[in-house]
Amino acid sequence: MSYDKPLPVIDHDSAPYWEAARAGRLDIPLCSDCGKHHFYPRAVCPYCHSDKLRFDTVSGRGEVHTFTIARRPAGPAFADDVPYVVALIELEEGPRMMSRIQTDDPGKVRIGAKVEVTFVKATDEVTFPYFRMT
Amino acid sequence: MSNRRDPVIVGLADAPLEDGKFVTRASVLGHAALVAKAAVEEAGLTLDDVDGLLTAGMWGVPGPGQLATVTLGEYLGIMPTFVDGTNIGGSAFEAHVAHAAMALREGYCEVALIVYSSDQKSLRSRNLGGRPSVLSMQHETPYGMPTPVGGYAMAAQRHMHEFGTTSEHLAEIAVAARKWAQLNPAATRREPLSIDDVLSSGMISEPLHLLDCCLVTDGAGAIVMTTAERAKNLKTRPVAVKGYGEAHTHWAIGEMPDLARLLPAQKAGERAMKMAGVSHSDIDVVEVYDSFTITVLLTLEALGFCKIGEGGDFVSGQRTAPGGGFPMNTNGGGLSALHPGMYGMFLLIEATRQLRGDCGERQVKGAETALVHGTGGTLSSGATVILQKD
Repeated sequence: MSYDKPLPVIDHDSAPYWEAARAGRLDIPLCSDCGKHHFYPRAVCPYCHSDKLRFDTVSGRGEVHTFTIARRPAGPAFADDVPYVVALIELEEGPRMMSRIQTDDPGKVRIGAKVEVTFVKATDEVTFPYFRMT
Repeated sequence: MSNRRDPVIVGLADAPLEDGKFVTRASVLGHAALVAKAAVEEAGLTLDDVDGLLTAGMWGVPGPGQLATVTLGEYLGIMPTFVDGTNIGGSAFEAHVAHAAMALREGYCEVALIVYSSDQKSLRSRNLGGRPSVLSMQHETPYGMPTPVGGYAMAAQRHMHEFGTTSEHLAEIAVAARKWAQLNPAATRREPLSIDDVLSSGMISEPLHLLDCCLVTDGAGAIVMTTAERAKNLKTRPVAVKGYGEAHTHWAIGEMPDLARLLPAQKAGERAMKMAGVSHSDIDVVEVYDSFTITVLLTLEALGFCKIGEGGDFVSGQRTAPGGGFPMNTNGGGLSALHPGMYGMFLLIEATRQLRGDCGERQVKGAETALVHGTGGTLSSGATVILQKD
């Protein structure tokens, strides 16, 4: 089945992240100088501007920082998903990342709800880290 | 203390609309040229007097719009020697005023023309299909983030969670804007609107309803700036640019440092008010960007008109409506007058008209000082301008 939603245009900064997701891991950059994780992946730490960064496998646990229930789709490709929950997840390790909450009941999603990552394959190249409430 | 090179606004023009669409038949650049010509002629100048050209837009991309000032200069047949194509979203024009003010003070420019034009409604070209999934957007677009409304919805959700703000609070803003629009013959939507109408208008991206969102219209506007000295021999009564500030924090909403606090507005506003030497009680009329109702709430808090978190109470009881004690968005705003994609130009035009005393039924009596604040991107950028009757 063909995948008709937008796919990430993977670049040199993000390639290790997407490669890990394909293997079922959530890997995000960790700064060797200030010790902070960040997201989205960059070549320079956005906190201390060090370039001594490596990818680190994180817990995949976090909480809903904020969210919206899309009642109108972001373009025709998402029409069949409505209503769906786009959420900003705050990971245990600190950074926030945009994702989707997998749920049968969007009305149950709350700010502060505990979530964990779940990997959803889109194509042979791309697997998305989605989250579900725990 | 005034100086002969102090920056002033001496000309303005906007294009007539009918049902949110241009009345005159012309291309997007044609409308830019028509308002540019009208704005300089209002001041008693011609396009040949213009040596500074500032613009930002969403037309012609990819293509000639990527070099917007160059393309517009070509269309106008002028050779500007000071240009600024700063594009930080809908607040770009407030930043342009700041940059033109600096160029005028420096003697780098004598007559600056700031222009915006969009035919998005006529063309039905507004792209709601999401932002291309490259660079930072590869981590947002694939999840079906509704743009731009989803980012504002996430900020509203966070504000409600932290401070108990309600959908009724947000609806107050939309209803007050409509009451101003009813006093403005040029506004697009003028039929009565109630809080219940807003709440029952249907969810777009929870917690924002259809009527929490701005209009989608065409629109073109231009303003002309020069020095106080040059203005003495011109046809209009100048409005002085007393202070300005700008800042931005993020593009992807996931990168917004604090979704319940609008830091660019706080930074830009503080700077502009300090430069102008004014405090909140000196401001007679406020024109702030209202892409969505939540934009207004966050802006009023960040600018310090009320405490952080108290915006809901502040706008309650139709405080920002005509006669409500806090005259704001007096043309009806982006929510009810017009919103051609990048609305900041029209905040400046309305504030200048108020300070000239040209607003008819909606005129704020005795308006001498105005605060204008644009917001661009997805709560990304902010730029403030303080204007004063000369």
